[in-house]
Amino acid sequence: MEEQQTPYRVLIGKPGLDGHDRGAKFIARALRDEGFEVIYTGIRRTAAEIAATAIQEDVDAVGLSSLSGAHLRLFPEVIRELQTRGGEDIPVLGGGVIPDEDIQQLLEAGLSAIFTSGTPAAAIIRSFTEACRKHCDGTNM
Amino acid sequence: MAPTCSKLLAGVRRQDPRAIGRAISAVENNSESAADILSALDQEAIDGVLVLGITGPPGAGKSTLTSSMIRALRKEKNRVGIIAIDPSSPISGGAILGDRIRMMEHALDPDVVLRSMATRGRLGGLCASAGAAVRIMAAAGCQIIIIETVGVGQSEMDIVRLADITLMVLAPGFGDDIQAMKAGLLEVADLLIINKSDLPGAEALCMEMEQIFRDKQEKDGILRVVQTIAAQHQGIDQLLATLNALAFHLKSTGIQEERRHKALNAETLDWIFEILRPHFIKAMNTKPERKEPRIRAQELIHEFTTTEHPE
Repeated sequence: MEEQQTPYRVLIGKPGLDGHDRGAKFIARALRDEGFEVIYTGIRRTAAEIAATAIQEDVDAVGLSSLSGAHLRLFPEVIRELQTRGGEDIPVLGGGVIPDEDIQQLLEAGLSAIFTSGTPAAAIIRSFTEACRKHCDGTNM
Repeated sequence: MAPTCSKLLAGVRRQDPRAIGRAISAVENNSESAADILSALDQEAIDGVLVLGITGPPGAGKSTLTSSMIRALRKEKNRVGIIAIDPSSPISGGAILGDRIRMMEHALDPDVVLRSMATRGRLGGLCASAGAAVRIMAAAGCQIIIIETVGVGQSEMDIVRLADITLMVLAPGFGDDIQAMKAGLLEVADLLIINKSDLPGAEALCMEMEQIFRDKQEKDGILRVVQTIAAQHQGIDQLLATLNALAFHLKSTGIQEERRHKALNAETLDWIFEILRPHFIKAMNTKPERKEPRIRAQELIHEFTTTEHPE
């Protein structure tokens, strides 16, 4: 019998207008199967809604999915919304249909990691684990 | 008290969402600051809050109903707290907490404080976490707090006992009244809601339930079965009026006081297990033995009570 470790809490959300949530749901399930507690907000959320939810739920990381091509606007907007609500320490990870040339730009805008359709699930989970661990170490009370 | 802890408490009093979220996490994770946080909360606010428990089978419309109730309560300027509980996977320990999907219209309302909570597979512990979250939300100015949980299994039923008033949500198409009578689901309910009442079979279900609740209803004259179509916000006004009548009744007859007393005892017992669990897990791991578990438990307890413990 092992002593129970506190599960990491993450939010998975879809900002913007596209309704294709297969990827988001796949990641939500994969994270659950790795022992994460996943708050799922569903499709068509504003950046403000996602940030407000992340703060209320006190998550260790936010995962965003976008397949509409609006990621360059939407992902950094979530980061800004988190900042205005005092959640600048919460890491944001993003995935979806994202051209190679946009990845660097998103990382520079403060995204912790970017995944594309080619990223293996194990690598995505590793990134979330890493981001959550770092966040927990930084905010331990 | 650590400075981070007093800052957190000041934040809770200021109704700062970040502080409320962090305080609930600290308690849920049983971190060192938990006791300091809980002992410094405003007792008057806690006494004044009304706690509603909403339970029922998956798909009956609990989250949609909760969302519709929040909308109506907000119209009356109430500050509302919600604790939405979903089960953890017994295999991975993870969980998908999806009750929010139906409540997103309130995401940007600063007077709707919503927290999702996973059962974390513990028999005890959940009561303690949810009860503590109720008090933190009350201290953060919430006047009405709704605990929403799937009504299957013992730990979920225990959670509902934290509530002043328990609402059971049913919908037509979930089997006959015998299903609903199983497992004591109906015994714990103060009020029964037939949701999706525009669906075929609602009328028959309603009549069956009224039959079951007739005794309770005749005793105090308060309606016990209410029909709603939560997705269309129908029947919610009547539901709230009934809740008001029930709340007044429970308070004036002293039943609420008695329930709270029992709930606090249940939570205390939960904390006892929570606090002792790590000691005993450690003791078992350091001294593996193949013995009849009951005997071994007695020995471990004896050992625990006769040795000195720091703290």
